[in-house]
Amino acid sequence: MAYQFDFTPVFDNTGLLLTGAGFTLALTAVGAILGIGLGVVGAVCRAWKLTPFDRLFGVYVEVIRNTPFLVQLFFIFFGLPALGIKMTEWQAAVLAMVINLGAYSTEIIRAGIQATPRGQIEAAESLAMTRAQTFKHVVLRPALAKVWPALTSQVIIVMLGSAVCSQIATEELTFAANFIQSRSFRAFETYFVTTAIYFVMALLIRQLLMQLGQRFVVGRPR
Amino acid sequence: MFVQFSTWDIVRNLLEGGKWTLGLSLIAFILGGGVGLVVLFARIAHNRLLQSLAKTYIEVFQGTPLLMQLFIVFFGLSLVGVDISPWFAAATGLTLFTSAYLAEIWRGCVESVPKGQWEASTSLALTYPQQMRYIVLPQALRIAIAPTVGFSVQVVKGTAVTSIIGFTELTKTGSMLANATFQPFLVFGLVAVGYFILCYPLSLYAKSLEKKFHVAR
Repeated sequence: MAYQFDFTPVFDNTGLLLTGAGFTLALTAVGAILGIGLGVVGAVCRAWKLTPFDRLFGVYVEVIRNTPFLVQLFFIFFGLPALGIKMTEWQAAVLAMVINLGAYSTEIIRAGIQATPRGQIEAAESLAMTRAQTFKHVVLRPALAKVWPALTSQVIIVMLGSAVCSQIATEELTFAANFIQSRSFRAFETYFVTTAIYFVMALLIRQLLMQLGQRFVVGRPR
Repeated sequence: MFVQFSTWDIVRNLLEGGKWTLGLSLIAFILGGGVGLVVLFARIAHNRLLQSLAKTYIEVFQGTPLLMQLFIVFFGLSLVGVDISPWFAAATGLTLFTSAYLAEIWRGCVESVPKGQWEASTSLALTYPQQMRYIVLPQALRIAIAPTVGFSVQVVKGTAVTSIIGFTELTKTGSMLANATFQPFLVFGLVAVGYFILCYPLSLYAKSLEKKFHVAR
């Protein structure tokens, strides 16, 4: 007997899915802002060889980039309480995303900073720019502008990766999908629709970040 | 019955799980490479339909979570009446995932072969397959090695997600051990070490290949 597709249980729960999607987006937003912030700090330490922080960030980057996100998440959520560091599933999810994105963006932004010729910083100094001004206008902004597409892709990878946060019961999109699936037994239909939602969110985030990048990073300062 | 786990017992069990992680990574990488090659040829074909099919394929796999891809393979194939094991679903899902990423990486490599090479070989009256076989692919291959090795790290890490559909690899073994021993800090720490041992040499190798290539240029 051929399988009869039935999407009704999925569409009856559109509200749940949309709430989940909203939480996934919120997780991604917080993770992206803090993660890229951490990446900037790491990149400066690495690019300017600020001992001992450059070494520390070097180890951090390699450890995070060579272990799966799921294991990092489990270590934070299940492992750290053994040291007395307890957190909710939301805190663990955000922390894992920040740590993960921080490592990747450290490397991405470092490449951008190192692509700025030394002469430009000297030129800025000779123009009597303060260190803060030099950093903001000559170092950071051109670096971010150069690597913005790579950062955008990485944020999307982290958003898609956040699907596994459902495993520690963070109530994001995949958690909502699992819930609907377990009630309706319409696994294929549920995950098909959920996948489509992730796909649309990935497209939207790419568009949004490209627009933001044009406006605030790549475009000329006003 | 209560079983006491010594640290050695934990390590021994994790090694057992690690074997499956390694096996799955190898299978996904090799099969994914094969499928990726097919997708690559479709992606760079002169036929518009093939091109856009391959492009959609790549975009869908790069734009959706690996976990969802695995769920869809796992539950989708069983709808068709094929009763599949988590192992088979994991291998299929990861193969498809790998193929899409490798095809996109390799497309970049093919496109970075200078246009003059195409023109020169056209003027020598080489056919399209001949151009590919003798002129473009050998050069693209050289460029492709470093990023391909680099991507293999993503494949190894991707296998961790298959624990969620119930495939007993390193992460799943770790979860079960953490529940049995009440030592999640130690167990997940060791799991992370296991992945690091698998991935770090690949990362280093990719980096050294990259350096070598830049010097050669």
